Amino acid sequence: MWSLANPTRFLELADRLIPWLAGLTFLLLGVGLYLSFFVAPPDYQQGETVKIMFVHVPAAWLAMFGYTLIAIASIGSLIWRHPLADVAAKTAAPIGATFCFLALVTGSLWGKPMWGTYWVWDARLTSMLVLFLLYLGLIALWQSIEEPGRAGRAAAILAIVGFINVPIIKFSVEWWNTLHQPASIFRMGGPTIDPSLLTPLFVMAAGFTLLFVLLHLIAMRAEILRRRVQALRQVHVERAASA
Amino acid sequence: MPDLGPHAAFIWAAYAVTFIAVAALIVFIVQDDRRQRQLLADLERKGIRRRSAKPDDPPKPRQAKPRARKPKP
Repeated sequence: MWSLANPTRFLELADRLIPWLAGLTFLLLGVGLYLSFFVAPPDYQQGETVKIMFVHVPAAWLAMFGYTLIAIASIGSLIWRHPLADVAAKTAAPIGATFCFLALVTGSLWGKPMWGTYWVWDARLTSMLVLFLLYLGLIALWQSIEEPGRAGRAAAILAIVGFINVPIIKFSVEWWNTLHQPASIFRMGGPTIDPSLLTPLFVMAAGFTLLFVLLHLIAMRAEILRRRVQALRQVHVERAASA
Repeated sequence: MPDLGPHAAFIWAAYAVTFIAVAALIVFIVQDDRRQRQLLADLERKGIRRRSAKPDDPPKPRQAKPRARKPKP
């Protein structure tokens, strides 16, 4: 495991994994879309709008998964100062932010026909918006500080402090009275959703998760190469100055 | 095409936004990866390499230095 923390070994592994992951991701998403549109029945209360769940729920899960990944990588970056942990945290932010944005927008598009409103300032929706703002803050921090080490440390502190929002999102529907429905999949007593809707949801969630991993691997590879390019340019300038 | 009922516009809009956002993310990340590979390849073509980089052509094996023999007593 620790050997993978070597950037060169990581690049070799990523080069081997990426084509397989890409194939599997698009296969799963294709099957998931087919199940969502042609197999899944309409919900007895929500009708066909339940199809929005197949993109909304995986997007929300991955928004929280992405932030958790950033927080864990940030701990690795702060304690062991490992550059790969810093790279993992930095590159997960735009991907997590995209999924968070999708969770907000698709939730809003689901809310209008079901609740009669696109937005309400309840605990679940507001905490999800806070997560999106945290993602934007992290991206802005990495963009505004030029030196990667300093940017990484500042972003790591923000990421760890901001992680408090993740359990708030998860338990907001239990702690407060919200318009958003309570947990219906990962709950004591098992899911309350019928298997005919649960299967497409899990297939789509698996496809989206693989997409996240795939994009994260490619983004990490690009970031490692960017740092090598910067280091080589610096060496070249120093050599030219000393010659 | 399945009949999505009276709220079809909301369902299509949700899937369209998802498709556009994911496609944009894929294009952004893949293009960045390609750009960095290109920049690194350009630098290496100019002979600017990392000390630990594997060369394209392996260098010829250097001849081993003859060991200094202990003078005979």
